[in-house]
Amino acid sequence: MRVSYKWLREYVDIPVSPEELAERMTMAGVAVENIEYPGKGIEKVVTAKIEKIEPHPDANKLVVCRINTGSEILQVVTGAPNVREGQVILLALVGGEIPGMKITRAKLRGVESFGMLCSAQELGLDPENFPPAQREGILEFPEDTRLGMDARELLGLDDAILELELTPNRADCLSMTGVAREVSAVLGTALKLPEIRVAEIEEAIDGKVTVEIKNPELCGRYVARLVRNVKIGPSPVWMQQRLQAAGVRPISNIVDVTNYVMMEMGQPLHAFDYDKLAQQAIIVRRAREGEKMFSLDNTERELNPDMLVITDPTGPVAIAGVMGGLDTEITGETGSVLIEAAYFKPAGIHRTSKNLALRSESSARFEKGIDINGCLAAADRACQLIQEMGGGRPVKGAVDNFPAPPANPVIRLRPERVALIMGIPVPGEQVRDIMTRLGFGVTEDGSDFMVEVPTRRGDISTEIDLIEEVARLFGYNNIPTTLPEGASTEGRKSEAQVMADTICNLMAECGLNEIITLSFMNPRAFDMLNLPQEHTLRNAVTVQNPLSEEQRVLRTTMLPGILDILSRNTARKNRDLAFFEMGRIFIPEKGLKLPQEKLTLAAAVMGKTRAGWQSAAQEMDFYYLKGVLETLLDTLNIRKYNLVPENREISCHPGRTARVEIGGETLGVIGEIHPNVAENYRLNERVYVMQLDVETLLRFAGGVKQYSPLPRYPAMERDMAIVVSKDIMAGDINRIIRKSAGNLLERISLFDVYQGSQIKEGFKSMGFSLRFQSPERTLTDEEVNVIHQKIQQALKDNFQAELRG
Amino acid sequence: MKDKLEQIKAAALDSIAAAADLDQINEIRVRYLGKKGELTTILRGMGALSAEERPLAGQLANEVRQSIETELGRKTEALKEEEKLGRLQEETIDVTLPGRPFQVGRRHPLIMVLDEIKDIFLGLGFEIAEGPEVELDYYNFEALNFPPDHPARDMQDSFYIDEGILLRTHTSPVQPRLMEKRAPYIPVKAIGPGKVYRRDDDATHSPMFHQVEGFIIDKNISFSDLKGILLIVVRQMFGEDREIRLRPSFFPFTEPSAEVDVSCIMCNGKGCRVCSNTGWLEILGAGMIHPNVLKMSGYDPEEVTGFAFGIGIERVAMLKYGIDDLRLLFDNDKRFLAQF
Repeated sequence: MRVSYKWLREYVDIPVSPEELAERMTMAGVAVENIEYPGKGIEKVVTAKIEKIEPHPDANKLVVCRINTGSEILQVVTGAPNVREGQVILLALVGGEIPGMKITRAKLRGVESFGMLCSAQELGLDPENFPPAQREGILEFPEDTRLGMDARELLGLDDAILELELTPNRADCLSMTGVAREVSAVLGTALKLPEIRVAEIEEAIDGKVTVEIKNPELCGRYVARLVRNVKIGPSPVWMQQRLQAAGVRPISNIVDVTNYVMMEMGQPLHAFDYDKLAQQAIIVRRAREGEKMFSLDNTERELNPDMLVITDPTGPVAIAGVMGGLDTEITGETGSVLIEAAYFKPAGIHRTSKNLALRSESSARFEKGIDINGCLAAADRACQLIQEMGGGRPVKGAVDNFPAPPANPVIRLRPERVALIMGIPVPGEQVRDIMTRLGFGVTEDGSDFMVEVPTRRGDISTEIDLIEEVARLFGYNNIPTTLPEGASTEGRKSEAQVMADTICNLMAECGLNEIITLSFMNPRAFDMLNLPQEHTLRNAVTVQNPLSEEQRVLRTTMLPGILDILSRNTARKNRDLAFFEMGRIFIPEKGLKLPQEKLTLAAAVMGKTRAGWQSAAQEMDFYYLKGVLETLLDTLNIRKYNLVPENREISCHPGRTARVEIGGETLGVIGEIHPNVAENYRLNERVYVMQLDVETLLRFAGGVKQYSPLPRYPAMERDMAIVVSKDIMAGDINRIIRKSAGNLLERISLFDVYQGSQIKEGFKSMGFSLRFQSPERTLTDEEVNVIHQKIQQALKDNFQAELRG
Repeated sequence: MKDKLEQIKAAALDSIAAAADLDQINEIRVRYLGKKGELTTILRGMGALSAEERPLAGQLANEVRQSIETELGRKTEALKEEEKLGRLQEETIDVTLPGRPFQVGRRHPLIMVLDEIKDIFLGLGFEIAEGPEVELDYYNFEALNFPPDHPARDMQDSFYIDEGILLRTHTSPVQPRLMEKRAPYIPVKAIGPGKVYRRDDDATHSPMFHQVEGFIIDKNISFSDLKGILLIVVRQMFGEDREIRLRPSFFPFTEPSAEVDVSCIMCNGKGCRVCSNTGWLEILGAGMIHPNVLKMSGYDPEEVTGFAFGIGIERVAMLKYGIDDLRLLFDNDKRFLAQF
């Protein structure tokens, strides 16, 4: 809503500047988003008369004018096409300015010029707001216009426009009088609303119009007034200027009046050409299936029974509250006008304007709810203005079809409740004063107030609404600052929340940067992951109205997100990438309305670690990521897990992927991205990923680690190198060593794996360091040798392992 | 004899003084004090002296031995010290060479802000509640007192999955969800951090973003308590000299409602580019929980009251870290992430 400060001052005393008014209104709940100064950038531009025009001696397209500013005669050279002698125009004087330009003395083709004639555009005004003849050239004014007058005053630009950012509950401020009431309440100053008095002719409306409301559930009231002897023409300049300030384009007197009253009082009006209404009968009803009508914008509209229409006995003449019909439009020939001031229900208008994709100042107001008790006054006000400007003669009386006039709600307001909610007692006198300033009726019932709220404040229906009014006009910033009393509470994270934090912190400590990707994914990503059509991951939650195909479904896997980020970074030449993300995947559940949301940890590495001048960069390969996994599991005190080779993970390398198993359950997968998938993501290096189900991690987390006593007896170390077939897995060897060694084997470390020239084809050499220790005594060489022998024998038996010297 | 001893002493001390390293010191020791050393030899010749001369000569010889030993000891220490200094000098390294690079990853700035806010509220006795991101219309709107035709319920603004199911548009649904579980138990103090979704995607909007919802339900909770808690939170987040300002606003689920501004963290309220010269930054919405919301979730609004607020995390992160483009937060460029 755009509010002219100048116009507003007609309706309420404002002893403060526009800036202070804006601040006071904002702090009371009607936010002023911006103040626009329409005259900004226009200085020393005055009305002047062109006395004489002579050709330019040196240029065909220029003329030399002698111009009278009322105080001096100036020579001005211009190229404007529409100049003529006797014309009153706007002249920007030397030393003045127009938006974006300072005016200086100039020589045009050798002739001196002292100023510049102005067009609408040059003054920063919308040419469309002026008569067609003036849209191209300079602006022209009536010959009796006073000379030397400031352009800002003449054009009504000596104003400040407050742009209100209204919250949806304050529909009452969608009018100048509504804003005036608010300002009066905020500043405590006097309202001066216009007096409405219609000078009517003898002829009465009785028998001239009938109004029937077939669907009172959509139309609560319909007022019609009739105006005779209509003379269509422009509306007065003051009205045009006010409309322009409000952002409405002037059209003609009758249309301008309907718009003006809407801006002034918040009641949308519609004007019909009375003589084109069949049988002068208005019937308000739902449209019939298949009914059609040409709307004012010359578009044929398909109507349906969801929409309310204004009809005459032959068919629709307007889409109620949204747009009028072409057939009954006001034209130059219109002789009599029927003015409609109705109340249409917000929900119906909202639906209709949405279905037709038609929004207007009118529909916007109906949608938010207008004052059902304001219809008649608005129709009267329109008639008054038309009559006063000589645009027509109002017929006596109005037809007012008002099936169920609502009573003003009366609400009990308890002072102790005000004190409880606000946290400070407000004196009764002050509460009463605030209510009165808002124009509410106040009586007392014991210590309570009974407050009668006019229907224009449709947002107020309960006590809490009134308390809010008290609070905002009392001033939020006058309310003290306290802390809640009452029982104390423990603030703590759940175990799961603590552990989720631990996991993420650990991932960062292990060198991975945390990323946040959107929960959406492109269904095409399933193809990029090479998933077959029937793959379960393709069963995703679909968004009905995504912003783009890329956000069509909710992710069922974290992979596409993290691969996209690798891909994006690679495209930007960022190398050596290590990322992790913890987020939810969304798995549709049969029989449940909501999908399962599974917290998932994903990680990906690609490239090398950072190299230093002393230390070489390390390949971030499978074992790098596995190291991260092991550290994570160790931190969570998870000891018993297995990595099982997995060649059925379609998006992964069949020989370089493992399923992580705990207690017979799958925790997740770790492995290399399949080269085909990597290629789909334009990743030209090997990528290792891991995806773990966080809930499973939490379920198997081992709780608080328990201390085990430090060894009191020395350990014995034995190194052992064996040669085995290259297909034998380290995990199996480990298991056999442990099994055969018994519990004196304290630790196995694998320190070397070698395949190459000294080892026969198809075999590998592995070096183990074994550490033996007893908590009870110092071990002897002999007993360790015996165990060592047993281990070697077991490795021979199980893997045909050969010992190396 | 006496002269002889004096001579030896003088010669020994001279050569000690001239010794350049520990080897020479050893030589000197052997030369004078060794079994065949000069002093030893002289002492052996003591037998030739008379009974009166012998004690005097013995005393003198002992004094000479003492002096030589003391001087040898002192010189040895000095040489050792010198040698150590020399070694240390040798061992000098270039301390300006870079250290060994540790590969440490960084938490995402949004998560760090979330964590900080969680910590502040944990300290104030709030628990952390969670709710689904795919939410029922009931919890997202209806239970929060949104009228059926509210524009936020439009397909235009929210992502719909199905009739009555959508991606939550705010973290507020954690309010009715937790209230339903707890009613009529009081007090309830909780925050609900998480992801939310709206149909906006431009320079200043991401279709997915983060909020923290917070609320208290108890006897006698008032608007002044809301101000008190918010002031604590804002000061912990942005510094002790911050002020807050509340402007009346409107949300369907609170009344009275407020937009909360914090005095600009860049210019301290004087007015700058970041605060558009107002001196204030809008950072959160808040208000007293609407009686309808309490009622719908099982509390009697005559018995208990409450307040609620919602903080947008992206804005806080941008202010805190001086990030000028929202899109960087979801772009996940390594060069950005590694800065935190």
